[in-house]
Amino acid sequence: MTSLFESLTKYEVIIALMWVGMIMYVSHLFSRHLLRDKIPGVALAIGLGLVFAYFGGAKGVADHPLLAGMAVIGGSMMRDFSIVATAMGASISEIRKAGGRAILSLFIGILAAFGFGVVVALAMGYHDSVSVATIGAGACTFIVGPVTGTALGASSEVIAMSIATGVIKTIFVTIVTPLAAKRIGLDNPQTAMAYGGIIGTTSGVAAGLAATDPKLVPYGALTATFYTGMGCLLCPSVLFFILRLILG
Amino acid sequence: MKIYGVAVLSVCFLAGQLAGEGLGRLFDFNGNIGGVGIAMLLLIICGDWMKRRGWIDTESESGIRFWSGMYIPVVVAMASTQHVKAALQGGWLAVIAGVGGSIFCFLLIPLLSGPRKGDRDATNA
Repeated sequence: MTSLFESLTKYEVIIALMWVGMIMYVSHLFSRHLLRDKIPGVALAIGLGLVFAYFGGAKGVADHPLLAGMAVIGGSMMRDFSIVATAMGASISEIRKAGGRAILSLFIGILAAFGFGVVVALAMGYHDSVSVATIGAGACTFIVGPVTGTALGASSEVIAMSIATGVIKTIFVTIVTPLAAKRIGLDNPQTAMAYGGIIGTTSGVAAGLAATDPKLVPYGALTATFYTGMGCLLCPSVLFFILRLILG
Repeated sequence: MKIYGVAVLSVCFLAGQLAGEGLGRLFDFNGNIGGVGIAMLLLIICGDWMKRRGWIDTESESGIRFWSGMYIPVVVAMASTQHVKAALQGGWLAVIAGVGGSIFCFLLIPLLSGPRKGDRDATNA
């Protein structure tokens, strides 16, 4: 029997499509009948995905041979391609209206996350400017952290910590966005663009908005995709120099 | 034909990624700056322009809509392939900086938020 099932591993992507479909169906049933739509089915499906990922390894459930296709479907190529597709139907006038605010949100978001990470690193006993800047960058996204750390020559322990910080941010944003949406006024395209710029983690923003209101995804994703690039530019350069001036 | 829409989407995607990589080189940073964002802007502008000229019909557009609809399943798959265990093992610093930093940023959002749906409905009424 086992070998019969193992013969299916060559159709890994198809298995992954079936698996994702099943997760979403179960989550929607659960949301509708047990929670009366209090928590959106999409949010439950994403949460369920994270729970399964905990029992996997570095690639989450994709470490299991039968589910290896999940890494293809959930990989960055498919993610970016389907995010771009959501732009079809976004309104040009809404984007124009939020233009200046969106650019401002990127700077505020990177500064705020970096600053907060720096304060936590200092409070937890790190004092050399390279480690502190790397952890600050990790509070931006899990890509900005290691890019900054590598550029500045931080230790691998600190770089690993900066990645962990970024991943925790992504997971936290994914879970909290639908719950906080009402309170922060996240129900229109302009706020979605500011939100994408301030929070910045593309995966977290995209997943959080999908669970909140799928119509807002293109607006948030549009600004968020500039965040990581700008963070990688600012953290190891301007922000690091300012930090070194302050720390001496 | 659905594939025409998918092909337009692919062209916008690739052009955006090329521009993003180019921007990365320009700033001497080994990576992609805003490639996805540029691709989205391209698709919005091209899509609108081609629709007005009648070059994209609903059938071609449904090809793009399919991929747009696959977006949520892709996100579920992405969540399923995160290194969740390592994130939780990063220790308190990672948890405090990650969670605290996110809460701090969430608090800043109302500063830049647009008019709420509720407000707009009220003014329209």
